[in-house]
Amino acid sequence: MMEENREQSVQVPTGVSVTQDREALNIEREDICIETRGLNLYYGDDQALKNVNLRIPRNRVTAFIGPSGCGKSTLLRCFNRMNDLIDICRIEGEILIDGQDIHHRDVDVAEHRRRVGMVFQKPNPFPKSIFENVAYGLRLQGVNDRRKLAEVVENALRSAALWDEVKDRLDDNAFGLSGGQQQRLVIARAIAIEPEVILLDEPCSALDPISTAKVEELIIELKDRYTIVIVTHNMQQAARVSDFTAYMYMGEMVEFDDTSRLFTNPRRRATEDYITGRYG
Amino acid sequence: MDKLHLDKHISRQFNEELESLRQQVMTMGGLAEEMISDATRAVVEGDTELAQKVVEADDRVNDMEKAIDERCIFILARRQPTASDLRLVVAMLKTINDLERIGDEAEKIARMAISLAEADRPRNNYRELEIMGTTVRGMLHDALDGFVRLAPEVAVALVREDKNVDADYEAALRQYHTYLVEEPRSTRRILDAIWVARSIERIGDHAKNIGEYIVYLVEGKDLRHASLAEMERELAEDGDSD
Repeated sequence: MMEENREQSVQVPTGVSVTQDREALNIEREDICIETRGLNLYYGDDQALKNVNLRIPRNRVTAFIGPSGCGKSTLLRCFNRMNDLIDICRIEGEILIDGQDIHHRDVDVAEHRRRVGMVFQKPNPFPKSIFENVAYGLRLQGVNDRRKLAEVVENALRSAALWDEVKDRLDDNAFGLSGGQQQRLVIARAIAIEPEVILLDEPCSALDPISTAKVEELIIELKDRYTIVIVTHNMQQAARVSDFTAYMYMGEMVEFDDTSRLFTNPRRRATEDYITGRYG
Repeated sequence: MDKLHLDKHISRQFNEELESLRQQVMTMGGLAEEMISDATRAVVEGDTELAQKVVEADDRVNDMEKAIDERCIFILARRQPTASDLRLVVAMLKTINDLERIGDEAEKIARMAISLAEADRPRNNYRELEIMGTTVRGMLHDALDGFVRLAPEVAVALVREDKNVDADYEAALRQYHTYLVEEPRSTRRILDAIWVARSIERIGDHAKNIGEYIVYLVEGKDLRHASLAEMERELAEDGDSD
């Protein structure tokens, strides 16, 4: 009898569906922001990406995981055409953002990079004041109105969850900030120019756990407004912050799925071996 | 167990932790299985000494549950397992919960056996309880065997068997009901027998649950509360892992 009572007391209230959240994430139902079609990338004779076909949904966080040298950073850099800067790099296939080929000759690379911002592993603030770091992109665009700049800088710093920590010292040099603050400053700088996509290349690998947690929290807050793609070596980080995860190995996209599926029941043995720390 | 590649972690320490845990779960399961057969025999043979042994064994099962629980939590905290490792730890945590409940039910049966030993014995010597007890013990055995072999199909067999046990339980209740009417002086004894039947039936449910955890462990699917047909359909679909 006691047992029956116990069972009744743990019944889930009606109307609560545990599966709701998971079912909401289905790549087929997502609005796609970035798409690659038959993407091959070569550094000289070495092929770094092999026939990558990928669809990255809008306003979601997508994580790329995989061992060193698997091509995840290379793929990320493709999205804002950073690989253009490497002479020996050759790209085949298509990369579409909002359905438009980013390599089309009409595309202005500078404008493209404004739309697709990037944050690197090591925070790279400019040797300027905190304020000027965030205002930098706008000044490049020719905005010099002090009030307009102040407004954008404040909003960006608030969005990057940094405002309260720096509002009283906006004119101090950015190098005086801690590593975690510098990284959030760089994110603020990226969002000040209102990009559509934010690419994060191992944004927390140089940060302590508390700064990491702050950046992760920020990533989750930002996804309402931006499409976020993050490369990380930290699988738990991918599991914590991302909605979708792609596992890459030796230049190939091995598996792409919603994160909860990939971390609990991956479809492919190779993915399983990697995320559970097995040798294949 | 080679389907889970438990020996393939880069961390050998982790291989050993999981393997040792899995063995502890099997030991606990073996103990619970023994408790069921001893408790049933104690009822049928009126063996109070054997019944006492079952009551004492329950403490060991409880202790094992706590020990395995602690190790699982340790692994969750320290290793943050994913994929099949995660499913294994979760399946073990859930399995030991059901094993502990089986131990409790076996203990209840043993206590009833002690009480029944003092009363008159029916002509059939509780044959119906013996049959049910043997069935659920077999169910637990199959469940544990399925856990070792990673055989999700045992879940389907267990659901079937559980339906049989439920039917046997219903039949036993009807029979006891008749006795209650016909032999009011044996009321106490018949009520005890009903409790035994009830506990055996519950053990069947727990064994069935373990089958469902094996499905989760191997296939990553949650088929609890699924109908038999749904379960068969889901398990027939070939996993698309390579």
